[in-house]
Amino acid sequence: MINVESLTKKYAGFTAVDDVSFTARPGRVTGFLGPNGAGKSTTMRVMVGLTPASAGEVTILGRRFADLPDPGREVGVLLDASAQHAGRTGREILTIAQRTMGLPKSVVDETLERVSLTESEAGRRVRNYSLGMRQRLGIGVALIGDPEVLILDEPANGLDPAGIRWMRDLLRGFADDGGTVLLSSHLLHEIEVIADDLVVIGNGRIVAEGTKDSLLAAGGTLVRSADPAALAAALTAAHIGHTSADRGALLVDAELAVVGQTAFAAGVPLVELRAADGAGLEEMFLTLTAESQRDSITDPEGAAA
Amino acid sequence: MTTAILAADARTPARTRTTPNPIPFTRILGVELRKMFDTRSGFWLMASIGILAVIATGAVILFAPSDEVDYSAFASAIGIPMTIILPMIAVLSVSSEWSQRSALTTFTLVPSRARVIGAKALLTVAVGVVSMLVALGVGAVGNVIGSALAGVDQSWNVSPTEFAQIVLADGIGMLMGFMLGVLLRNSPAAIVGYFVYALVLPGISGALASANDWWDQHGAWFDLNWASNRLYDNSLTGEMWAQLGVTTLLWLVLPLAIGLRFLMRAEVK
Repeated sequence: MINVESLTKKYAGFTAVDDVSFTARPGRVTGFLGPNGAGKSTTMRVMVGLTPASAGEVTILGRRFADLPDPGREVGVLLDASAQHAGRTGREILTIAQRTMGLPKSVVDETLERVSLTESEAGRRVRNYSLGMRQRLGIGVALIGDPEVLILDEPANGLDPAGIRWMRDLLRGFADDGGTVLLSSHLLHEIEVIADDLVVIGNGRIVAEGTKDSLLAAGGTLVRSADPAALAAALTAAHIGHTSADRGALLVDAELAVVGQTAFAAGVPLVELRAADGAGLEEMFLTLTAESQRDSITDPEGAAA
Repeated sequence: MTTAILAADARTPARTRTTPNPIPFTRILGVELRKMFDTRSGFWLMASIGILAVIATGAVILFAPSDEVDYSAFASAIGIPMTIILPMIAVLSVSSEWSQRSALTTFTLVPSRARVIGAKALLTVAVGVVSMLVALGVGAVGNVIGSALAGVDQSWNVSPTEFAQIVLADGIGMLMGFMLGVLLRNSPAAIVGYFVYALVLPGISGALASANDWWDQHGAWFDLNWASNRLYDNSLTGEMWAQLGVTTLLWLVLPLAIGLRFLMRAEVK
């Protein structure tokens, strides 16, 4: 259980995190979603006491992080997989964590196996690791104390598709065992497949929050016609709200049957008619965070890819 | 979406949890000691203390005129490389956490920065003392062998007081390195800073002293090198001890306090 309450972090001249509150619940994977520079990493650093908050508070399992007696055994943290001494071997980095937590020696080998690092990889120095191997090692450091809560910043970065699938299964299993998982990402598609709950942040503020299902369901209907203008006119005539989406498609605030009936009545042939699933969330993600986007968005699908 | 619903319902934790015991300070000491040795640079820095002590001893045996083979010759030959290496160990024990960014893991496993830095400070001093004792032993062996080879009587002309003064002088040098590591939190900057302090400033101060009478008279109140280098060769007067105290306060204690204050609050990135 992670409880973030009215968290604010100000730097000279700008506010990185602005009055953010949310809860990551046990048994759930909570996705923390936002574009680069939205305040995800700052929020996570404040959670674990590496950055002092300007206002507000974070409690993990009911305590402030600094008050946890042996944090590694209750909260597994991965903030930056590259933030390790490049001259240490992977095995040595796990050994340091094992000794700090006073765990038996055997957990190092168990953890290496759990994150699929081989004996010879574990003996290499981290400077020779690929980003994917560093992520696995970092997840290993987070898991080694058998914690109850995981806080992972962009853990899928650098993992190949098989690695992402592995991580998804691992986090699913962790949450199903009653654990709390908070993971951040700037990619909607990546987080969509892992998370149960979503917290969307843009410009330091929370812009949407809820279960993934409820956020996806809000998408409405996606309809595509060879003649979008005629379709739009028919919908407007029927007083049905709609917005244009990519490649001539329309996002409609109505059920499938209603949209199909309206198009049929107007004699407009359709080439696609389906629930928007996610498209609405993606639109929302892109528009609500548009101010902090560095690139202007002309093609939403291209920009999200 | 069935799986998500099932997962949400089966929320009872599979394991019963107890709050772990607090991390004892001895464990932090053990881990921090390990971190001083577990990289190539760390290992060879430590090993070089012993290696250079042996090389310096060999050099005295080979090259020193036989009438100068005495214990103080060995002590000073071994002491010179130590005055460089020990402060480097002290610098890196702190600054590498930031330069290598391992501080992110260190302080998420042990959130109390004071305990981690305290452990590093204790270990720095301990490494210094142990190194000095190793040097004492290597020098003694060298003195026995060197005197026998040179055919002169063994001369043990380093008193315990002198040895204690050497330890103090090297300890100040080491803590200067530690202070620079804490204050700058950047390995290259802190190492350069140490060499400026140990090698550049004495030259400037010396030049100033020969050009300026006032500095020649009073410089030892302001120049820590000046005040502390006397520990290697003099028995110090009360005034000299006072100068050592004042300069240590000014150049070591004060900046260390400022550095620690920033380190405790600074953002770890």
